[in-house]
Amino acid sequence: MAQRQKLLVLYAHSPDLNSRVVSWSEYDGTSTEKHTSGDSDAPPYDSVVAAMREGWRVIQFPQQLPSYPGMEYNTAYLKYEYILEKLEELDA
Amino acid sequence: MPEPDHLLDSLQMARFAADGFLRFDELVPRELNEAAYEQMVANEVERPPAGTPLSSMWTDTPLGEVFRLPAIQGIKNSLVGTDPLYDHHAVHTVGANHLQGQAWHADAIIDIRQHFDIQFFYFSHETPREMGGTMILPGSHFRRISESDIGRYQNFRGQLPMVCKAGTVMVAHHGIWHCAQPNRTDQRRYMFKLRLNPTARQLRLWNTEDLGDPKISGILGTNHEWYGNESRLEVVNRIKFWRFLTGDEDFDVGYWLSRLENEPDTPQQQAA
Repeated sequence: MAQRQKLLVLYAHSPDLNSRVVSWSEYDGTSTEKHTSGDSDAPPYDSVVAAMREGWRVIQFPQQLPSYPGMEYNTAYLKYEYILEKLEELDA
Repeated sequence: MPEPDHLLDSLQMARFAADGFLRFDELVPRELNEAAYEQMVANEVERPPAGTPLSSMWTDTPLGEVFRLPAIQGIKNSLVGTDPLYDHHAVHTVGANHLQGQAWHADAIIDIRQHFDIQFFYFSHETPREMGGTMILPGSHFRRISESDIGRYQNFRGQLPMVCKAGTVMVAHHGIWHCAQPNRTDQRRYMFKLRLNPTARQLRLWNTEDLGDPKISGILGTNHEWYGNESRLEVVNRIKFWRFLTGDEDFDVGYWLSRLENEPDTPQQQAA
């Protein structure tokens, strides 16, 4: 049996893992399914904790760093990015 | 009621500042849509050098006629003035039964100017959801990212596909995040994009008769739900942009900047 990985990337409202998911992506290494931009209007889970309760394991926490001087009011990427995984057994 | 010169009003400009785009449904008449579509299909759109005055281009073509419509002139004049430069155009197509969405991106590279370019997105034929169209992320225009840096993202709360009738025009700030959507129909989809650069200071170019409308602050305070905890920072970006657009350096929404600018250095008067 071989293991394959599914990734779920959830962007939360705040660093609180119970806070609302505002953006999401899925990358599935267990099948040929390819998720793409704009393919769903609602997140698969309302929060990171809700995904954990369905068996998703958090494998990356966002670091929290103070703003660089002079860039305190700049915005760019979504800050609270949590990466979760599921491993699935596949017939080799 | 539209002004005779078709300029935008202050509420529309505030909406542009908050959302990064304005949408005008079925603005272009049917005959012109059909002619512009044929011009695109025939691949007969002249491509002048970047920096060419728009007024000197496409003098006798359907697409040129589209951008000379009084309503589109009014939009253009309000945002980048009467004499903008051509930056580039693109006839964007998505083939029939193309099921992969384009990666989210913003055009060009990180652009930190308050001065801004605009991009027209012109849909010459009806674009139902199964055909796409271009998806945009309202309120993303002030984010400092470079092109497809944001390609890991797939979905956002509040993402907006341009589903529209023929003749619909969207005008967007150069920084707006967007991506082409899959086309699940049997017909190729077309969208015409035109980027313009200002040549004049972008200061109160629109119809400012309603500049004192109290609804402006509410519009500039719009919270796009994908912002999460950064919503207030985006309002600060908009306040700075509105100050740039209006020249009113005291303008504020909700006291957000006034509080930060309060740095008194006058010695306190002693009681007599």
